[in-house]
Amino acid sequence: MKLTHIIPLLTLTTAVYAAPQSFDFKDPKGVNNAVFKLDAPLESINGSASGISGNVSFDAENPGATTGKVVVAAESLTVPNPMQKEHLHSANWLDVAKYPEITFEAKSLANVKTTDNVTTADATGIFTLHGVSKEITVPIKLTYLKGKLSSRVPKLEGDLLVIRGNFVINRNDFNIQKGQSEDKVSPTIDLSLSIAGASPTK
Amino acid sequence: MKRTLQILALVIALGGGVTWAVTGANRAWTKTEVQIKTLDEVTGIEGITYHKKFQPGVDFLGAAFGGAALLASASFFFRKPKTNQPNQ
Repeated sequence: MKLTHIIPLLTLTTAVYAAPQSFDFKDPKGVNNAVFKLDAPLESINGSASGISGNVSFDAENPGATTGKVVVAAESLTVPNPMQKEHLHSANWLDVAKYPEITFEAKSLANVKTTDNVTTADATGIFTLHGVSKEITVPIKLTYLKGKLSSRVPKLEGDLLVIRGNFVINRNDFNIQKGQSEDKVSPTIDLSLSIAGASPTK
Repeated sequence: MKRTLQILALVIALGGGVTWAVTGANRAWTKTEVQIKTLDEVTGIEGITYHKKFQPGVDFLGAAFGGAALLASASFFFRKPKTNQPNQ
């Protein structure tokens, strides 16, 4: 076999077997956050959660194959009003002592569109909240930042993956005060996820 | 006693109103923390941190006025002290 035949074959083999990268979403800078909003008569209840972890498998050559799991520590959900925070964490609402994690496990992506380093897609997966798991589809935006890890974490080479997603859930679907207090707190919850994961090179 | 309760009611109402006004006249619920957003320039993510700050809201104002009204109402249960009539 000639060398001119071997080189394309090697390139193809490398492309086929290029392993997806694993991105760790435990952010040392504490910037990752999930924001939630519920409408209420006097003012909307706006809060955020910072206790985010999880792993996502991403292949820059094939972003449509992205899978992974993002975990939010329920205890980290915060609102600026102390009484609202106490209610939110209590057994009547999220019961964070019994259900300490809120998770989304992405199984597949559809409608994948990639331009340069940005991919948009609809991620379908299992969303678990308050001990109830449901399959949902979330529009997401993935931004692959090759070689940018050292800009955030000095002396650590690697890549970053930024995931953004906005979606709406209904608390009744997750048995959170089902059918109750709807005049005081909206049954729909707007969720917004902005997280960055790191994949250090070894 | 009557006068003391009325003065106390006035002080609580004025104190509550002034505190509420000078801390931003927040027309929502009382907050003990405020959100601070900082932009992570590498990822473009807006990080959210909480800074301890007391920001009284309408519930604080309501409690101050309610307390003042209660004290003012209670003052009506006390009689004015009798003053000695001069001998004629």
